[in-house]
Amino acid sequence: MTKQEALYTYTLRLGDNALIQGHRLSEWCSRGPILEEDLALTNLALDQIGRAQAFLKYAAHIEGQGKTEDDLAYKRGEREFYNNLITELPIGDFAYTIAKQLLISAFEFYQFSELSKSSDETIAGISAKALKEVRYHLVHAQDWCYRLGKGTPVSHKKLQQAFRELWMYTGELFEMDEIDQLLMQDGTAIDLMSLRPDWLNLVGSILADSTIVLPADTYMQTGSRKGIHTEYLGHLLSEVQYLQRAYPDATW
Amino acid sequence: MDSTTLNTSFMEKIDADLNIEPKDSMPEKYRTHLIRQISQHAHSEVIGMQPEGNWITRAPSLRAKQILLAKIQDEGGHGLYLYSAAETLGISREEMVEQLQSGKAKYSNIFNYPVLTWADIGAIGWLVDGAAIVNQVSLQRTSYGPYARAMFRICKEESFHQRQGYEIMANMMSGTPDQRQMAQDAMNRWWWPSLMMFGPHDSDSPRSGDAFTWKIKRKSNDELRQKFIDKTVQQAEVIGLSIPDADLAWNEERQCYDHGEINWEEFKRVINGNGPCNKQRIDHHINYHNEGAWVREAAEAYKNQLQEFK
Repeated sequence: MTKQEALYTYTLRLGDNALIQGHRLSEWCSRGPILEEDLALTNLALDQIGRAQAFLKYAAHIEGQGKTEDDLAYKRGEREFYNNLITELPIGDFAYTIAKQLLISAFEFYQFSELSKSSDETIAGISAKALKEVRYHLVHAQDWCYRLGKGTPVSHKKLQQAFRELWMYTGELFEMDEIDQLLMQDGTAIDLMSLRPDWLNLVGSILADSTIVLPADTYMQTGSRKGIHTEYLGHLLSEVQYLQRAYPDATW
Repeated sequence: MDSTTLNTSFMEKIDADLNIEPKDSMPEKYRTHLIRQISQHAHSEVIGMQPEGNWITRAPSLRAKQILLAKIQDEGGHGLYLYSAAETLGISREEMVEQLQSGKAKYSNIFNYPVLTWADIGAIGWLVDGAAIVNQVSLQRTSYGPYARAMFRICKEESFHQRQGYEIMANMMSGTPDQRQMAQDAMNRWWWPSLMMFGPHDSDSPRSGDAFTWKIKRKSNDELRQKFIDKTVQQAEVIGLSIPDADLAWNEERQCYDHGEINWEEFKRVINGNGPCNKQRIDHHINYHNEGAWVREAAEAYKNQLQEFK
C-alpha cells in the first residue's frame, strides 16, 4: 500500500462518518419532539454534511482521477464505504438519537482535537473547524442526556436502553489497522486507541450525572474498516444515491 | 377607558401609520383577526417543512442537500418567530398547535399538494416562496409591530429561497431531456396552486374590509397576484419554461398580463380538506407531536427539578 492509497482511504473514513451521520440526523426534519429540536438536529446535520463535503473533496483530490466530492458520495457502492457502523444505524427514538450523538460527539471531540494537529494541513484545517462544531454538538447531547436521564421514569428507561443497545458499536470507533500505522509515521494520522481512556471518562461522567449506568464492555461489533456494514447502509445509500443513479448523465 | 375612547386612540394610531404594539389597547376583532392570520402563517411555515423534507434524504448533490436543509431550517425558524409574534396577542403556542391539529386553524393550502420529483423542490422555492415573498413584502408595512418586524427578517431569507429554487429550475432546463421534462411537469402542477395562494378574487374576499381599515392588509389579493404573475412570467421565459395557461397574454393597455380563470372549485375543495395531502400532513404533525410527548414531559420535569434545587 502506498501512502497515497492509505491517505485516500483514511480521508474517506473521515468523510463517510460525517456523511452518514449527517444523513441520519437530517431524517429528523419535521419529526422532532419540539420545533426547536427540529432546528437543532437540522443544524447538526448541516455541520456534518459540510464536513463530509470537505473531506470527500480532499479524498477525490488525493485519488487524482478527476472525481468530485459528489462522485464519491453518490457513486460508490456499500462495500466501498468506511463509516463507523454506529453512524448508519437507524435514528430510532429521540433517546436513541441523543445517546448515539453523545457517543459520537465525545469521540469526535478527542479525535478532532488531535487531528487538528495533523501534519497534513488539509486534514488539520478541516478538523479545526469540525472541532468548533463538535463542542456544540457535545453540549447539546449532554444537556439532553441530563434531561432524559433525570426527567421521568419513561425517559430514563429509554435512554438507558439506548446506551445498552449502542454500546457494542463503540469499540469500532477506536479500531486501527495498517492504514493508521502507516500514516502515523509522519504525523498525518492519530493514535485512536490512546483516545479511549479520555473518551470513557467523559462519557462515564456525563452518564453518571444523568443517573445512567455505563454499559459493560462485552462483544464489540466490527467491520467498517473493511467496508463490511450493517444491512441498514444499503437502504440508506439507495435513497441518497437515487437521482444520481437513475439519471447518470444529469448534473444538478 | 370605554370602547369608544379605545377605538379612537387605536384608530388615531392606525391613521397616523403608527405601529400597534402588544401593550397598546386594540379592538377585540383586531386581536382575533391577527391571531388567526399570524398563527396560520406560522403553521404554514411548519407544515411546509414536510413536503420539502420529503426530498432532503434524496437531494442529488451535497451542495443541494445543504441548501435544502438550511432552507427548511429557515422555515422552522420563521415558524418560531411567528408563533412568538402571535403569543404577544395572548394565545399560547400549545393552543395554536391544538387549533392546527383540530382543523380549527388553517395553513397555506399549497402544502396539500405532493412534492413528487426533485424539480418540485425547485418549483416550490421559485413559485411558492416567490408568491409568499410578494405577500410578505407587503406585510412589512402591516400595522401590528411584532408581525411587521418578523416580516422584515423573513423576507430577507425568503429571497434567498426563491433564488435557490430558480437556480434548480434553470439548471434542469439546461440539462438532459429528462430533466427538462421534469422541470416543465413541475411547472404545470405548481403554477395554478401558486396563484391560488393569494386567495379569492377581491370581489369574493369576505374579510378584506376590516383588514384594510386596520392596515393589517395593504394590498388586495388580486393586486398581489398580478404582481407575482408579471415578475414570474418573464423569469419562466428566460429559462425556456412555458406557463400552463392558454389565456395568458400581455395586456398593452393595462401594462400587465391577463390570465385564465383560476379553478376556484379546486381551491375550495382542497381548503375544505379534500386535497391530495391534507390528511397526510396533519396526521404526520399529530403523530410526531404525540411521539415527542414523553420528551417534552422529561424536559419539563427536569426543569422543575432544577427550580426546586435552587
